[in-house]
Amino acid sequence: MTSRFSKWLLLIGAAVFALSVSVSAQVTAYQEEQEMGMESHIGNLTGHATKGAPLYKRFCIGCHGVIGDGEGENAQWIDPKPRNFTLGIFKCRSTPSGTLPLDEDLFDTIGRGIVNSNMPRWYPLTPQDKADLIAYVKHFSPRWTKEKSGTPIQIPPEPAVTADRVKAGREIFKKVECWKCHGVTGRANGPSAETLTDDQGRPIRPFNFHDGTRFKCGSTDRDLYRIFMTGLDGTPMPSFADNLKPDEAWDLVMYLRSLQPMNTPEKAIAKQLGLKPVNPNESGTQSESK
Amino acid sequence: MKNCYKWFIPMSAMLVVGFALLHSAPQVIAANDGTITGSVKLSGTAPHMRGIDMSKDPYCVKAHEGNPAKMENVVTGSGGGLENVVLYISEGMSGNEAVPSEEPTFDQKGCMYTPHVLAVDVNQKFKVTTSDQTAHNIHPMPAPGGGNIGWNKSQPPGSPPIITSWKAEEVAIPVKCNIHPWMHGWHVVVKGPYATTDSSGNYTIKNVPPGSYTVTAWQEEYGKQTQKVTVAAGKPATADFTFKAK
Repeated sequence: MTSRFSKWLLLIGAAVFALSVSVSAQVTAYQEEQEMGMESHIGNLTGHATKGAPLYKRFCIGCHGVIGDGEGENAQWIDPKPRNFTLGIFKCRSTPSGTLPLDEDLFDTIGRGIVNSNMPRWYPLTPQDKADLIAYVKHFSPRWTKEKSGTPIQIPPEPAVTADRVKAGREIFKKVECWKCHGVTGRANGPSAETLTDDQGRPIRPFNFHDGTRFKCGSTDRDLYRIFMTGLDGTPMPSFADNLKPDEAWDLVMYLRSLQPMNTPEKAIAKQLGLKPVNPNESGTQSESK
Repeated sequence: MKNCYKWFIPMSAMLVVGFALLHSAPQVIAANDGTITGSVKLSGTAPHMRGIDMSKDPYCVKAHEGNPAKMENVVTGSGGGLENVVLYISEGMSGNEAVPSEEPTFDQKGCMYTPHVLAVDVNQKFKVTTSDQTAHNIHPMPAPGGGNIGWNKSQPPGSPPIITSWKAEEVAIPVKCNIHPWMHGWHVVVKGPYATTDSSGNYTIKNVPPGSYTVTAWQEEYGKQTQKVTVAAGKPATADFTFKAK
């Protein structure tokens, strides 16, 4: 009698336990399904977070962390710090300051890496891998379910390089005070350079134009144009979209090209004109080239 | 003649109703005209506000010639009145109040923010302007996930104003200029009527309909305090606050 009773008790207990497990599993599975349903769209590629998860664990988790907060095991040894995906804030965008980037922007970032940081160019990843990874990266931040990506800024065709444009670009460099952080010669030694911090309050360095041919978000003239029209969100670099007309932005691109270490047509022009670094103490906008 | 009499009663009735409407219309507005007024004080010794070294930007130094700039985290006036405290109704409003149409200004002047604390309603437009002959970048940083999205825009000398608004309540959003690291201000985004204390610590919240409310006072160093207030028609309610110096 007692053994029969205890058998029943055991059976009921087991049934209750099994039920509770399956219910809780359903709940987590449902949440997981919602977040893991994230997709990315790049051209005719569609990325899926479920496929991106194993790739993330293999390639990204060491720095960007298990929960995407940029606190992976390697993060403590790295500066600039890995991106915190839970914030949904990205440096390299084609969209205005404060908006989400396009999937294509993230695709480009994975492909090109970020110069002067530990983010490499991910050569071994196929385009499909990158698309899946982007979907997985997006699943970390609720911004991607609440908001749409911003409208990309328009970049008009690049005009021909002329001496006038390089000279005008120098005036823009002075007028909008790029030199405050980037320095009068573009060597990242402006008066505000050493006190700059990122949005998390960590010290950050401005870009040094003498460092090399690549910028944080690309290496072409169009990439450079895009950087100052969108700003680099999460960093001190603001958007100049309200302050620069397209023509002025192109002038500035051409002047910045004259500061770089490689031989560019702009550099030759600047040399020919005898352009000197801007002098912030001199009032007015006359050229100081003579 | 009889026809005239026939119309007399409806006509006079309409006139009476019309005049009654005319008279009652201002009363409807008056019902919303309650105010909550009071003062905010600091008890104890106000903390020392350190001077700001602006030597990295000669323009900023010149702007404060003879009157060196100080930090503005705690600004007290006569009798310990606390400036830049935002008062708002945290409980009791219907939530359907119209968003104020005036556009307050958040100016960059002498490499400081004027006002240091800007209170706005959710979706109320405000202007960010610069009076300075030096470049600033304006960089508000709302908390992530709260509904407001940060941005970072440049304002070189002579820039047009940036007209924008915040989408969600947030007390408070820090605003900084990366070029001038001492520049620090706040945007306080609240729902419904609000006020900011003046240099003597006094405030008046206008357009409060009669009812019972919780008023919250927010100060950047000392945090929040609340009080229950009842507003009766045609009589200003009072709520005084005292923050203790740390």
